[in-house]
Amino acid sequence: MVLAAALIAVLALLALIGPATSPYSYSTLDWAHLSIPPGLTAEHWLGTDALGRDLYVRTVYGLRLSLIIGVLATAVSVLIGVAWGMLAGWVGGRLDAWMMRVVDVLYALPYLFIVLILAALFGRGNLVVLLLAIGAVGWLTLARVVRAQTLSLKRREFIEAARAAGLSGPQVLWRHVLPNLAGSIAVYATLMVPQMIVYESFLSFLGLGVEPPQASLGSLINAGARQMLTAPWLLLVPASVLIVLLLSFNILGDGLRDVLDATRR
Amino acid sequence: MLGYALRRIAGIVPVLLILLTVSFFVIRLAPGGPFAAGRALPARTRAQLERLYGLNRPLLVQYAHYLRALAHGNLGPSYSMRDETVAGLIASGLPVSAALGLAALALAVLTGVPLGARAALRRDGPLDRSLAAFAALTLALPSFVTGPLLALVFGLWLRWLPVAGWQPDTPRDLILPAVTLALPLSASIARLMRASLLEVLGASYIRAARARGLGRARVLWRHALPPALVPVVSYLGPAATYLVTGSLVVETVFELPGTGRYLVQGALDRDYTLVMGMVLVYGTLTLLANLAADLLHAWLDPRVRHEPL
Repeated sequence: MVLAAALIAVLALLALIGPATSPYSYSTLDWAHLSIPPGLTAEHWLGTDALGRDLYVRTVYGLRLSLIIGVLATAVSVLIGVAWGMLAGWVGGRLDAWMMRVVDVLYALPYLFIVLILAALFGRGNLVVLLLAIGAVGWLTLARVVRAQTLSLKRREFIEAARAAGLSGPQVLWRHVLPNLAGSIAVYATLMVPQMIVYESFLSFLGLGVEPPQASLGSLINAGARQMLTAPWLLLVPASVLIVLLLSFNILGDGLRDVLDATRR
Repeated sequence: MLGYALRRIAGIVPVLLILLTVSFFVIRLAPGGPFAAGRALPARTRAQLERLYGLNRPLLVQYAHYLRALAHGNLGPSYSMRDETVAGLIASGLPVSAALGLAALALAVLTGVPLGARAALRRDGPLDRSLAAFAALTLALPSFVTGPLLALVFGLWLRWLPVAGWQPDTPRDLILPAVTLALPLSASIARLMRASLLEVLGASYIRAARARGLGRARVLWRHALPPALVPVVSYLGPAATYLVTGSLVVETVFELPGTGRYLVQGALDRDYTLVMGMVLVYGTLTLLANLAADLLHAWLDPRVRHEPL
């Protein structure tokens, strides 16, 4: 778990400063070095693609984009999920039944399917729409968890005490319920980030995400898969980065769950 | 049981109708139209085409027309592929997609259940440990990463299997896609099977059966395995949802001529009827598969039937 956290930190740092450590940009063409395998020239230590673009820079740049989108989409999901779950759990009654029915119906639909349609219709190359489309489908599980915990918290003595002390509903929710939910929210958010990165990568893989010459890990893997016969490193490098990234987030999330989430103990 | 089944089947219709209605209007909200995007059509031709397909009429009228045609089993013509009907396109691709999905499901169940059971019986043994690592890895990786990697290793380096594409009557083409699709599912089923068998083995009625002098094998096959399979059966619903969406991914990766490609291409071309047809088919499939899993579960575990819906 510590190793996973360290790996995420390293990858995040790489995404942050990586592009600046190389003289090339993600779209610089180097006609003298086309399709160079890794380790052959000092200028491009991870090799180049068929247009002579530096693979190290493109991978690091793709990593940055994937991380940004993953984290922001998670933020969107967490915001919707927490608000929805807290409202349903706190108010209860018919509103609760209705709101959870909506969640059930949405659960029965295949996520990726909806994201695909939304992205193809509205979001081709539009990062904001892409973010909303990915984020809008991830909140269901969190809404359920938050609602269940709000329901049980609501009946606890300290909440009653806070009400008795004259705090209004929103004040109690903000000051006393939300802090008690923070642990589970952190766990689910950590586990959601890799999911969101997968969604984004998949959309980019299909050509619905970022527009060339920009790169995300998904579009790099797609491009690499097309040339794997002649230039397998174009697939292997971005795929390995994505694998390490996803595994680290999953291990960190599972570890956090063991530490923080009391409901699982 | 029959009452439960009927109630569940009746529950599908409104969900499907909501899905269709929302899709119908969302698709038409998107900028552009089937005859506007990227095609140099004279304005008069375009107007004629739109009049032909009724696209110039009010949305609600179009919606009513669509539903009426649907009630007669007519999915309409494709707007982007000339001379093709939506039903024809889907009928030509569905056998491929169905073969892929069923092969992956069979593979996942046939590997996941024995692996999980074995891991539970030899707890903390080498198989149990490697299963945990295998599950963590395959569950973290999306199929569009495992797919190309498998194709690279088994198709290009070892040259055992075809990399991509589809010839009729060659099941070898199906192996890599089916394995790619089955891997995470197999891992989930194995994990679930392991946990549920461990729980059952710890139950007092198993100890009682052993105490009555029943043999180890008999206790396992007759008393432990059937109840341990119940969670696996109820997982088949989510598994079906995964298969439906997962096959979209895998078909793209391996360039199979299934129905998956119509969804994205149709949405990009603003081929309204094609996208609606895909939503209908995939939505129905998902709902029916979930229903089948739930009915199987209710049949195995009578307590489920009496829960309020």
